[in-house]
Amino acid sequence: MHELSIISSIVESVTESLAAYPGAQVLEVRLRVGALASVVEDSLQFCYEIATEGTPLAGSKLVVNVLPVVMHCEPCGQDVTLPSLQSFRCPQCGEPVADLRQGRELEIESIEIEENP
Amino acid sequence: MTTRIVELRKGILKKNDELAAGLRQRYTAAGVLVLNLVSSPGTGKTAFLELTLRELRIRGSRVAALVGDLETDNDARRLAASGAPVRQINTHGICHLDADMITNHLEGWELGELDYLFIENVGNLVCPSSYDLGERARVALLSVTEGEDKPLKYPTLFNSADAAVITKMDLAVPCGFDRELALKNINEIRPGIRIFETSAKTGTGMDAWFDYLAVERNSRK
Repeated sequence: MHELSIISSIVESVTESLAAYPGAQVLEVRLRVGALASVVEDSLQFCYEIATEGTPLAGSKLVVNVLPVVMHCEPCGQDVTLPSLQSFRCPQCGEPVADLRQGRELEIESIEIEENP
Repeated sequence: MTTRIVELRKGILKKNDELAAGLRQRYTAAGVLVLNLVSSPGTGKTAFLELTLRELRIRGSRVAALVGDLETDNDARRLAASGAPVRQINTHGICHLDADMITNHLEGWELGELDYLFIENVGNLVCPSSYDLGERARVALLSVTEGEDKPLKYPTLFNSADAAVITKMDLAVPCGFDRELALKNINEIRPGIRIFETSAKTGTGMDAWFDYLAVERNSRK
């Protein structure tokens, strides 16, 4: 249910953006999805074809770029990438980390379109 | 024929995020503390909230609740027995509440006349984590009957929580609940989070919860 409503938002949003490119065909839709976004790529792909049928996105490919969780570690004074979601501790010093810098993204990065001259 | 890449950088949940930001402004302007309660089905959100509403009313606070379920108004009727205004949101299959549903169901309520508004989300440990409802605090609940590793299994939700409540502590012993392990797991996913160990049946641990609510509410003023 959740993934389907996400695809519907994508269709709506991309369709809006296409107004600036009349007659263009969508080849690819690229997403940025953080590891903490609670969205699973397989489920997105599974409903993409059906949910885009009859829309300007029909026949396009969905590319999901998954972003790992990046936290700021105070003691280390730098941003660190978490190797898994099982422990929110700095992989370098082992201290708990709570300052999230990346991982909740859920956005359309870009679309690839074919324009008719 | 030419192909080109168009940068969009658009948030997929932008509409919800914008509505939630509007709600947050309304809550702040009205001076009402809003909490979003999330857990799996059967954790005891409703029982915990029944006691919370009843006790806060006895203490003279003005409280209200919105409660989300796929179907039935059973929970709203249970909560309304406290005497507080309660509205049921039936999502008819949708697995979470969103900011639009909240906006619609707040119609006609004077937020300025409330101290606390509780939103009991649909029982689900996945989808509600993506939907901001404009709340001040997201409270994740976990019962002793569910297993100590729930936070490890659902890190996306527990990591987004501002406070955690362990429910049904009266069953901890018969269930062989490993308290230390549960606390460790919650802290592993959300370091430093406030944790309340409660039982809606015996009332244990509720005072700490009410103290937390009072502090959170006063810190808004």
